[in-house]
Amino acid sequence: MHEMGIMAEVLESTLAAASDAGATHVKSIRLTIGELTGIVPDALEFAFEALSKGTIAEGGTLDITVVPAASRCLTCGEEFTHDAIDRRCTACGSFLCEVLGGDELVISGADVDVPDTD
Amino acid sequence: MELDLSRPILEKNDALAAENRARLAAAGVYVVDLMASPGAGKTSTILATIAALRETYRIAVIEGDIASKVDAEKVKAHGIPAVQINTGGACHLESRMISRALDALPLDDLDLIIIENVGNLVCPTEFDLGENAKVMILSVPEGDDKPLKYPRIFAISQAVILNKYDTLSVFDFDEDAFCSAVGRLNGAAPIFAIAATKGDGVDAWAQWLSDRIEAAK
Repeated sequence: MHEMGIMAEVLESTLAAASDAGATHVKSIRLTIGELTGIVPDALEFAFEALSKGTIAEGGTLDITVVPAASRCLTCGEEFTHDAIDRRCTACGSFLCEVLGGDELVISGADVDVPDTD
Repeated sequence: MELDLSRPILEKNDALAAENRARLAAAGVYVVDLMASPGAGKTSTILATIAALRETYRIAVIEGDIASKVDAEKVKAHGIPAVQINTGGACHLESRMISRALDALPLDDLDLIIIENVGNLVCPTEFDLGENAKVMILSVPEGDDKPLKYPRIFAISQAVILNKYDTLSVFDFDEDAFCSAVGRLNGAAPIFAIAATKGDGVDAWAQWLSDRIEAAK
């Protein structure tokens, strides 16, 4: 249950960027979360609702893209997708693989309202 | 208006971890972050590791707990410098806490720092502290199915310690199933079966650790 801490970082970073851009409202925040991280999207949503209260992100939405796990075999070079508990190469069965995707914890972007300054 | 941010969520933690790592490398100190459930035997493993390596290396310990100074006092009773971090409810250590703990240690007079993370199999896996290696401890009574339930901690550890190995006959623990589940997640990690309070098996673990300390010099 460290989603609260993760969301606090997301909001701090996004609100600073929104403020720099002169935004008055954050409509949505886009996150990219790897399936291997063990982060629970529902818990992030809960943390977002709780922590965004009283900020310009209150009432906004979270747009979470989950990245499936993928690895490259260091023995035969095969690239394959897998689940969180079996990371063996699907071609040769080797245990020695490097993760290509699924470890992401990234703030991709945000959709914000900026008042017309004309 | 669309803001393109493309930044790691934990970029502040990662930046401070990189600072810790550079500071420790400059002082020639190797750091291992021990992660496990509450009660798996982290403190006992640390005491057994100290007993095995204290003649060779100058060691200090950073103890992470939600509350209390109990663990740091146990370590200090053995004449080893220890800093207690109380996270005040947080389920893991972060690089900022380690940075402050390093301020309280004589880095130039140390070779090895052992960090005892908060008892938790999930949250510590996400946070780089600036360590050289993360190592997880599972104890036999917790059961052989833990790699299936908490895969990430096994996948990111450089070694796995199986503690309370002397109780294997009491618990229904399938060692072959455990080792093969760990292998599917992390083929490179050795598994050290130990009984920390008795010292059994600690030599192989201490040898692995000292090989890494020497390689980092």
